[in-house]
Amino acid sequence: MADPSYPDDLRYHAEHDWARIEGDTATFGVTWYAQDALGEVVFFEPPEIGSQVQKDTAYAEVESVKAVSDVYAPMSGEITEVNAAAQESPELINSAPYGEGWMVKVKLSNPSEGDELLDSDAYQQLLAD
Amino acid sequence: MNPLGDGGSPPPTSAEEETPMQRDRARTIFERSVPGRRAGTLPAADVPETPLEDLIPAKLLRGRPAELPEVSEPEIVRHYTRISRRNFDLDRGFYPLGSCTMKHNPRVNERVAALPGHARLHPGQDPSRAQGALELMWLLQRSLAEIAGLPHVSLQPSAGSHGELAGLLLTRAYHVDRGERRTKVLTPDTAHGTNPATVTMAGYEVVKVASNDRGGVDLDDLRAKADEQTACLMLTNPNTLGLFDENIAEITSIVRDAGGTLYYDGANLNAIMGHTRPGDMGFDIVHFNLHKTFSQPHGGGGPGAGPIAVADRIEPFLPVPQVIRREPGEAAGAGGNGDGQIRYDLEYDRPRSIGRLRGFQGNFGVFVRAYAYILSLGGDGLTEASETAVLNANYLLARLREGRTGRYAPIAFDRRCMHEFVLSAAPAKQQLGVKTQDIAKRLLDYSFHPPTVYFPLLVDEAMMVEPTETEARETLDGFAEALDAILAEAEQDPEVARNAPYVTPVRRLDEVAANRKPVVRQLLDSAA
Repeated sequence: MADPSYPDDLRYHAEHDWARIEGDTATFGVTWYAQDALGEVVFFEPPEIGSQVQKDTAYAEVESVKAVSDVYAPMSGEITEVNAAAQESPELINSAPYGEGWMVKVKLSNPSEGDELLDSDAYQQLLAD
Repeated sequence: MNPLGDGGSPPPTSAEEETPMQRDRARTIFERSVPGRRAGTLPAADVPETPLEDLIPAKLLRGRPAELPEVSEPEIVRHYTRISRRNFDLDRGFYPLGSCTMKHNPRVNERVAALPGHARLHPGQDPSRAQGALELMWLLQRSLAEIAGLPHVSLQPSAGSHGELAGLLLTRAYHVDRGERRTKVLTPDTAHGTNPATVTMAGYEVVKVASNDRGGVDLDDLRAKADEQTACLMLTNPNTLGLFDENIAEITSIVRDAGGTLYYDGANLNAIMGHTRPGDMGFDIVHFNLHKTFSQPHGGGGPGAGPIAVADRIEPFLPVPQVIRREPGEAAGAGGNGDGQIRYDLEYDRPRSIGRLRGFQGNFGVFVRAYAYILSLGGDGLTEASETAVLNANYLLARLREGRTGRYAPIAFDRRCMHEFVLSAAPAKQQLGVKTQDIAKRLLDYSFHPPTVYFPLLVDEAMMVEPTETEARETLDGFAEALDAILAEAEQDPEVARNAPYVTPVRRLDEVAANRKPVVRQLLDSAA
């Protein structure tokens, strides 16, 4: 995916993760910046469905030709779905980080954590610094 | 100045046709095999023959012959010579692979290691008949103890990572002996890359410590994370940014006060030998990479050696056996000597030991080379080697600050470096569309081995350069000129670097496909 983009309808975490919050559920993934810094992703290891994730801690791993990196949870909750397509074709994380390259869906234990996340402008400001 | 240094012309900027070496597809030794062909013949046996079945139980005998390559001697020689010519090695050119200390391997080390008494010694030899070898190992232990500033040494670990694992097993034994159960190991994000892996392998939990804006350990973060669960801090100093942490005394006292042990990763010892000692900084356990700091052929996966030096409080737990020296006055019995002679021995009676870390005593040839290196340089020489390593790195860094490298690949943390430094090619990526990967590949066309790339992870588009003390100024100049030339090419046409290399035995490999769809087996015709 050639050009950077940071959609306005997402909330962002400083470890370069995003959350799309819909009521008390959310979808998580990594940002355009994260996939660009990683380089071509060759492996995505999602957590197990039903496992608990904790805000600010690692819940999945992505491996690129450069390195293996942890993926941090922007919010807390229980994993209800993982993206099997991204597991099968990890290049989706590069080509569509906000779309087909999503990582997990989560039932949020504390939806108000979303207030602590950054909006698109604040996240882009963080990148600029 | 010509970046090739030795009068060659600049490399091609595209490749219409394959070079002769690229056309010559390297075949495996199995593909060269012709049934019945042999490299030699044996004369008829002049002793009675015994059928194999009488010597080996039937269930252990092969059902069919092993599929070994059948080739003549000249074919074997040509096969391996051809392969070796496709390799890039230190004897061919500059190899500034950061953190790997690719210094020249003095030939005198090889001569000494090849002496029959060293090279042909059987590892199962009884200690009483291997006194010279044990004496060498003991003297090497004393030398390493002096360099580390820690009194006790074990030569058993056979790699840096093996030394790290030994260090954490010793840490656990130390805490368990005191009746404590600690679960966490602190590793700064500038630690050597194997540290977090070692922590996980040893069954501990990794706790990352952040860096401050000078590239050192963030003391506030360290204070917040060092607690009664902290088993150990693993630190590399100078760290993987090539920066010496000036807060080292404060760092070690914070962890010591929290009750943890202090592990010093010796990967970067080449920067400080003879100037400061990990033991004096407050560390309990240090590993040496004999194959880096003390010059061994390395880079192909071994053999190496990762001895450890430890403080008094760790000593009771050292692996068995320990190489020891028995003085003439000691009583006979238990392997002792009553004949007025100094004797060397392997000591197994160590009740609190973590046990054995490997079979036999280690890679003895590596010990011989390291000891030859230490003796031939002497204390002053080792000190000067470190000084020159740091000087070479700072000279090269000063050259690279000029011109295009300073503009497109500036130093990541702008401080005086130690024996290595880390550049960030993030501006080259943004402004020229050429990544670190592309620059590294293009360097191959200029006959230089690339630096370590994409490490440490905290630096975007990292290039970690370690020139070592054995490189001439002209070589460093040539490398600086080559980087500048590559960036000049990229200003004109980024495709040159993006499609590089052009003249290597193989062109750019598809790393993504190799990772996503690895082919890990080659089927032999007969098995297909």
